[in-house]
Amino acid sequence: MSEPLLVVKGLTKRFMTGGGWFARPRSMTAVRSVNLTVGRGEVVGVVGESGCGKSTLARLILRLIEPTEGDITLGGTRLSGIGQAELRRERRRMAMVFQDPYSSLDPRYTIAETLAEPFRVHGLPVTQQAISGMLEAVSLPASAALRYPHQMSGGQRQRIGIARALALRPEFVVLDEPTASLDVSIQAQIIELLAALREGFGLTYLFISHDLGLVRYFCDRIVVMYLGAVVEVLPDARAVPRHPYTRALMDSSFAPDPKARREIAPLSGEIPSPFNLPPGCAFAGRCSRAVEACRSASPPLTEEGGHAVACFNPL
Amino acid sequence: MSPLLSIERLSVAIGGVTLLDDISLSLDRGQILGLVGESGSGKSLTALTVTGLLPLIGGRIASGRILFDGTDLASLGPAGLRKLRGGRIGFVMQNPMTALDPVQRIGEQIDVVSRLHLGLSGEAARARTLDLMGQLRIPEAAAVAEAYPHQLSGGMKQRIVIAMALAGEPDLIVADEPTTALDVTVQAQIIQILTGLVRERGLALLLITHDMGVVAQACDRVAVLYAGRVAEERAVDPLFERPAHPYAAALIGCIPREGMAEGSLKGIAGSVPPATQFPPGCRFHPRCPHAVDICRTERPLLRETPDGGLVACHLAERIAG
Repeated sequence: MSEPLLVVKGLTKRFMTGGGWFARPRSMTAVRSVNLTVGRGEVVGVVGESGCGKSTLARLILRLIEPTEGDITLGGTRLSGIGQAELRRERRRMAMVFQDPYSSLDPRYTIAETLAEPFRVHGLPVTQQAISGMLEAVSLPASAALRYPHQMSGGQRQRIGIARALALRPEFVVLDEPTASLDVSIQAQIIELLAALREGFGLTYLFISHDLGLVRYFCDRIVVMYLGAVVEVLPDARAVPRHPYTRALMDSSFAPDPKARREIAPLSGEIPSPFNLPPGCAFAGRCSRAVEACRSASPPLTEEGGHAVACFNPL
Repeated sequence: MSPLLSIERLSVAIGGVTLLDDISLSLDRGQILGLVGESGSGKSLTALTVTGLLPLIGGRIASGRILFDGTDLASLGPAGLRKLRGGRIGFVMQNPMTALDPVQRIGEQIDVVSRLHLGLSGEAARARTLDLMGQLRIPEAAAVAEAYPHQLSGGMKQRIVIAMALAGEPDLIVADEPTTALDVTVQAQIIQILTGLVRERGLALLLITHDMGVVAQACDRVAVLYAGRVAEERAVDPLFERPAHPYAAALIGCIPREGMAEGSLKGIAGSVPPATQFPPGCRFHPRCPHAVDICRTERPLLRETPDGGLVACHLAERIAG
């Protein structure tokens, strides 16, 4: 790995909900003791199903929400614990592309106004040329500047979302399911655009997705999460999964090839409620390889040659 | 024997705009026909037409026939359609969160289908409901039947919607993106349930999806729609092995595969135009890398492929090579 740009240590987020006159408040741990390092220029994928904590993790890293515990360092600067003014300065170095290009653009702003906003927020001058340059970088015509979001397709809107994220030349960009609400044809365009921008601007990505096939195509390293915790880190896209959950995820995604058709052995059961986690490994209840130990203790994440897995009985 | 569902030269319009243009498809019992294409290709509109829900969105059948077991659906009135829909034609909608009534217990929502369509008593209907829930491997069916939709997960709700579709003893199930809103592990469960129903009971399934992976895994035949027309209709193996229409090839090329080299994922430039701006000639030509002059002026007609499929492309032979 190259020099580490992002270092996350023991990151935990607990949410409290409920709590009324008669109800006791309940706590749920959305992200549990996550350690993560992203090297400069690297694309790290975070994959898991809904409720696994991947979006919460992304928001924690950018400090859009406050962590309960843990440390976040970006390029040597500690992000956790710094004050709002200092955080605002650091924010220029990081950006986020959101999942839904329909709700993440202000419908009453023209595209030019949307793209000028990051500059305004940071009190920087912005020129017509800068806007055209940003549009060009995401392969949109300069004439798009005068349009409103409702005049654009989903793919074009997501290009605007990307241009806005890159406005202040960040080093680190979190991509939170940037293609999940787009057609596959458009998804492929956006992925190729992101690859080109990474090259052109020397970006580092954290790519959040539920699509393991896509993550394996696009990412250098892959972090698999289940119910708030990291269960496996694959050192490269071709690595063979050792955690039964990663295996199940892989078996559940269908290749576009009828010859690869197979008997589906779907996972039984569903993700348990995060309010009421079983003791031991959170996956044990659905796991065909679970042994006695899995139901009593949480398996630690142990690493060997860059491949880390949290399982007592790995494949 | 004639196929269970036969759509013949169907055109559908809303207002003055023709959205489905001369579509022909057929589906036998025990068969799964996939309907794929990008948003705006007419997949969901086809589903609404087959289930007789077209008037709901102000559409009408402009020409053509939909023969279901010999009866032309276009000739049936609202009452006739209502009898078929939910009865011999089951419908599974994309979003299980909105397909269920939030203030009615799960069991009652399934019961009502067999009471209406099979004329069962309340007690017999409930017995049938519990039996269906068991077949769909819903744990603790009796307890779930007393629950409200918000108490269930997305995957469980989709099973309930499938149970509702099955309750009227259908011969045909139309499933419109039944797994799009679900997680991949749950998607695998639902696809397994649906394919199992077809194989074990000889149901016919019209499976609408944008996911070529699901098509490759589940379907027998596939119809690729583009801008309201059929671009290619073939058995699943030859379609994936040697797609004859550039649009079908492009759709397949959009999905990352195992071991694909970086930079080899190809999108399709542009997007499906709105129905008011469909171009002349082949509607795909502005996005097609192979387009030549004839594609811009002349509409390609559906022609037979050697393997018994259909393709609408002037250059199909050259492309399939």
